[in-house]
Parts: sequence; structure tokens; C-alpha cells
Amino acid sequence: MLNTFVVYVENKPGVLTRVASLFRRRAFNIDSLTVGRTEKPEVSRMTIVVDADRDQALRVEANLYKLVNVLFVENITSKAAISRDLAMIKVSAKHDARSHVLELANVFRARVVDLAPESLTIEITGGEDKIDGLLEVLRPYGVLEMVRTGIVAMRRGGKSEAASASITSGNGAEPAAGPPPPDDNISYSV
Amino acid sequence: MIKTGSQILWECLEQQGVTTVFGYPGGAILPAYDALKYSNIHHVLVRHEQGATHMADGYARASGRVGVAIATSGPGATNMVTGIATAMLDSSPIVCITGQVGSKLIGSDAFQETDITGVTLPITKHNYLVTHADQVARTISEAFYVASSGRPGPVLVDITKDAQQSTCEFDGKPVKPQLPGYRPDLSPTPEEYKQALELIHSAKRPVILAGHGIILSGAMQEVRTFAERNNIPVGLTLLGLGGFPASHPLSLGMMGMHGEAWLNTTIQEADLLIALGMRFDDRVTGNLKTYAPNAKKIHIEIDRAEVNKNVKVDVALVGDLRAILRELLPKVKSQDRHEWLAYIDRMKGDASVRDIQNLPDNGHLYAAHVINDIWRETLGSDTIIVTDVGQHQMWEAQYFKHEEPRTLITSGGLGTMGFALPAAIGVKAARPEAEVWAVVGDGGFQMTMAELATMVQEKMKVNIAIINNGYLGMVRQWQEFFYDRNYEATPLLSPNFVKLADAYGIRSVAVTQRSEVVPTVQAMRKHTGPVLIDFQVEQEDSVYPMVAAGASLHEMIRRPNPLEETAADA
Repeated sequence: MLNTFVVYVENKPGVLTRVASLFRRRAFNIDSLTVGRTEKPEVSRMTIVVDADRDQALRVEANLYKLVNVLFVENITSKAAISRDLAMIKVSAKHDARSHVLELANVFRARVVDLAPESLTIEITGGEDKIDGLLEVLRPYGVLEMVRTGIVAMRRGGKSEAASASITSGNGAEPAAGPPPPDDNISYSV
Repeated sequence: MIKTGSQILWECLEQQGVTTVFGYPGGAILPAYDALKYSNIHHVLVRHEQGATHMADGYARASGRVGVAIATSGPGATNMVTGIATAMLDSSPIVCITGQVGSKLIGSDAFQETDITGVTLPITKHNYLVTHADQVARTISEAFYVASSGRPGPVLVDITKDAQQSTCEFDGKPVKPQLPGYRPDLSPTPEEYKQALELIHSAKRPVILAGHGIILSGAMQEVRTFAERNNIPVGLTLLGLGGFPASHPLSLGMMGMHGEAWLNTTIQEADLLIALGMRFDDRVTGNLKTYAPNAKKIHIEIDRAEVNKNVKVDVALVGDLRAILRELLPKVKSQDRHEWLAYIDRMKGDASVRDIQNLPDNGHLYAAHVINDIWRETLGSDTIIVTDVGQHQMWEAQYFKHEEPRTLITSGGLGTMGFALPAAIGVKAARPEAEVWAVVGDGGFQMTMAELATMVQEKMKVNIAIINNGYLGMVRQWQEFFYDRNYEATPLLSPNFVKLADAYGIRSVAVTQRSEVVPTVQAMRKHTGPVLIDFQVEQEDSVYPMVAAGASLHEMIRRPNPLEETAADA
């Protein structure tokens, strides 16, 4: 099954390589991996979707924690979370088909972001299913080009454990002692 | 005070307690070597950078301190790869420092440029690229902390030439590591302790499987108290040997592919395995599907990524073994297990029949005899054996009875041939007062014998015992068992080792008869300088018992006729 991990890492050169190398070396199968900035400049956030059973998912988590630059890992697969994928789809839309395509885009609440004489570029944000759905109905018109970002995900509710855990980089001292953070309600200081 | 990166490097190494480093100079590390004049650290000039890493590794394993190896960029750095991987697989704390081309040249394929942090990414616990002097102090502090804490391992620090040459303010005060994501100090929950205790107390046929972790965490006494209080027999992995005294009544010796038959059978019939600081390597489990089929499993281990990796366990206590055992011990009840222990004793049979010394001398010289004689001769003295990899390594594990931790230094996980001689040099540097033996095959010895010169230059007395059978023996054994005796590429020509030793000024002799072994060992131990003994042993002897790769642990190939040959394992 697909597992979604939210991973906070130190924003340092080479950290993406370390994470990617881990997945390659341990033969974990990455479905998608996104990385970007967070509200803290010294911290980057990854959303990693991995095809893994329960035991493998636990091993993915344990191995991620072995990377010195990894600050926090949360498997949000079974948690209430919002996950979004963004796609831009360039679809063939000649004169007679154009209104149909626009209508479909409307139904999916997608936006047209570029218009050319014989094509349209549609931007859609949503869960993977929704994007797959739009793609399905656009395909008969001719999908000329497509790009997807891969999943980014965030837990629902107030400030999440991950965000409230004082994830910092560069000003910690000795690593925190004590038991591993429990699965829920994580708070550790460094 | 304004200092160069090179000066800061040596000062920080001194702050970490480093007294000896093993290295080889070159262009990109020259500024660091130049600054060595300001330091009291002793530099051992190796003959190949692989040797430097094995020496640092041997140093670390013998002393428990971090070993340090230094090399230049490019080929110097890549030559370290084997030694780094060796340290990684055996959780040995070493710090490797490499020079790198100037930071502005990185990525330009400059002369002797290699992306060594990229190359060593999967075989280091962590690594660093340092591009300015002001990063040196913090990086060295972190490197030593990461290498030696939690599950130890190798850390590589790649320092560009301009980082060595550039300057910054350095007040000489130790810099704290800043590692917000690094948490080596995990500990179990009370509930997990409770579950473990329940399993221990309800078990009828428990066995402790102890690995390198008991030595790394210094939990020898705790393991012993635990075993004695609850009357649980103790089996050891190769790297666990010495962690529990071989002469202890509860000791069952080594487990696994060439382990003691009674121990492998004990594991298969046990109803509880208590794994302490070991990782269920394929060489100790055999076929996982049939491994210890009736046993519940408790795994006490510092690396949580090892839990449920190979063997699914019922309770895992993740954290420092010594701390966990100390927490557990007051709650462990004394239990009588005489039936189980008597059953194992019956499997072991008569000790005197097993004793290799009681087998008749049939005119042949066997490696097992040689090793057993070295053990008898050095009994009671502070002796450390460093082995290479192959048949002699397994015979050492079987016939040299280790009573103390850190008295057997061997490459277990990676199985690195060529390890013994350089590692022995590192061991001698760490423990100059100890008697150090490198027990090495004729194949492995020729991989790193260039380090003989290092040993002589350092005026070290290391005793080298070459177990010379004219073959790459373990590979030959596999060919004999599994490839119809097709001895492809295993017969091995060697130089005249006695003459070779002579060229280095090393006292040397060849031994071909069993009766010569003891007098030769006695004489050579007395010699004040390094010695090399070329033991020309039976060529086609095999290590028994053997669990073939992929076979179940109880399916052992046994010696065809135990009385005729070396078998103490019968």
C-alpha cells in the first residue's frame, strides 16, 4: 500500500541526496517525493510517498531517523490529512472541441492558465484521484503534455505535532535524550 | 587568535584525545600535514590508504576510542572505501579525514578530484564536506560525537585545500556538536520492559544470543549477571566473542554458519531467544523461514532500524544495552533450568573427546592445531588476536577461547580480506603493552602485506602467523562442497614468506610439523622485534560444521570422519 511520510530535514546541501540514497540502498520504492521550504528557513519539508507494507513502513521511518540531518518523521497514511497534487495539462482543443474541454475543466474546478490556437493548458490542484479523473476525461481530446508535482501533505486540525515540535537547525546542542517520540503527540526539544 | 583551518584541525583532534593518526600525504592534504609540526599527535605513515582505515579500525576496536585515518583527495580517498565499509558493517568508530581540491575547483574534474562524500554516502554513518576554516572545529566535534555515540560507525570529513589554508578566529575552546536531528539515546517504555520480563520468566528453553553490542556498550558484567541469575545459556556471534568468557559454564561458544553444532541446535529448539546487541545477520540465522521456529524473540538493540529487519521479534527494547540490562536486572527472577542446561550438555558431549589436543598426530599440520597451540601458549597473558577473513578466521573463532572483550579483532560483517595486518598495527598502537598476533591466511596477507614496512618503521612487535595452505581456502572449500571440486582460481602461489620477512628485517621461520609449533611460538614470543611464522598447513582441510548458505541452521555439514582430522567440533 502507499504510505505518506512527512519528513522535516535540515536545509543543507546534499540532504536530498542522502534521503534519496537511503531509499535506493534499502530498496524502498518511492512513488513520489517533493521537497520545499517551510516557515523556518533552516528547515526543509519533504512529502514522500512509498509503496510499503506495515513492517516496511516502520523500517522506512527508522532508517530515515538514522540520517543525521533528518529532524522529524511522521507517517500520516492513517491520519486525517490533506494531500494535494498539482498538475498542468496541455490538451489539444481545436475550435470544435474547445468548449467541451472548458466545460470539463469547470466540472473539475480546474483553471485554464494558457490558451493557444489549438490547445489549452489547464492547471488543477487536488488529490491524486481527482487529477487522474480529469486526465481520464481529457485523454480523448489529446493530452499533448503533462506535468505533476507529486503529493504534498499536511495533517488536519490546529498546529500539528510536527510543526509544534521545536524543529530547529543550527542552534541545538546535545541531542535530546530520553525515549523515542511516541507516535502521537510528539514534543521533544533539541 | 587567528589560525588556519589546518592548525584548528590538529588542535581539535587533540581536544578529542587523539594521540595517533594513520595516514598518507598528498597534494590536497598537504596544508594539514604542514601544520602537523604544531601538534604532538603521532602520525603513522602507512603504505596504502586502505591500511590507514584498517589501522584506525583496529585502534578503535582494541581501545574503544575513535580511530583516525588521513588521506589526500582522489585516489587517496577512494583507497579508503574498503576500510570505511568494513568499519560501517562492524559498527566501529573511526573518523576519516580527506583532503579535497580547492572549493572553487569542485565539480571541475580537477586533478585528483573525487566526490568522496558522494562515494561514501552509503558506507558512512555520516559525512561532511568542509569548505572554510570556520567550519573545521564544529565539524570535527560533530564527527567524533556521531562516530562514537549510539551505534558507532565511520564518519568522513572531506576538507578542501582552501579550507585548510584559510584562516578564522579560533579561541581553542571545544565546540559543541549541533545536531538537532541526531538522537542516539533512545530507551524503552515500561510496558516493553514488562513484556520482556514476562517472556523471560515464562520461558522453559531460553538462550541468549549476544553480539558486538555487548562489547560496544560495555555490558559484559550485566550480561553475565543476567545469564547467571536466570540460568540462561549464552551463544555469541563472531564479533561477540570475548564479551562472555568462553570458560564460563553457561557459554555455548559461537553460533551460525561455522558455529558450534550444539548451539545451532539449541537455537532451533529454544522457546525464547534473547538477542543482545546483535542483528540476526544471515551468517548467524541460516534460512530465516526455518529459524528458531518455536521461539519467542526479545531483541535488545541500539539501532531501531535493525528491529524486525531480518527476524520478526515479539518484544524490542531499543536503546543502550548496558542501560537496559541495568534497568531489567533487578526485576529478573532466579530460575532453575537444569533440565534445559543438562539437555544442552548432553548435546555437547564429552569435552575431552572434543579437545583437539587429544587427537593423534598423523603427521599433518592443521590450522586448528596451530591456533589452539597459540591460545595455550598465550593463556593468561594480555593477548589480542587479529584475524583476516576465511578459514583461519573461523578456526580462530572455534579454537581460541576468548575470555576478555576486545581480545579478538576481526572483520565480521564485510569480511574484508587484507584486514589482519593493518588492523594489528592499529591494535598495537592502541595497546602497546599487549601481545598482538595477526593470524592471517596466505591470500589475505598478500593483499595488504605492504604494511609490513609500516610495522617495522613504527618499531612494533606484532607476531604474524600465516596460515599458509596454498589456496584461497574458504573459497576452495565452497568449490569442494558446492562446485564439484572445480578449484578455479583458488590455488595460490606465494612468495617465500621467510625471505620476504627477512627483506624487512623481520625475524621469520617456516613451520611444517605439529611438534614444531609450540617451541616456535615460544621462541618467537620472546624475540623483542616483530616476527613472522609461516605455518604451512594441510592444504585441503575444511571448516566444520558448516551451514550452507540458505540452509536451515540445524542442517549442518559435519566432518566426514571426526577422529581422523582436526574436528573438535564433532
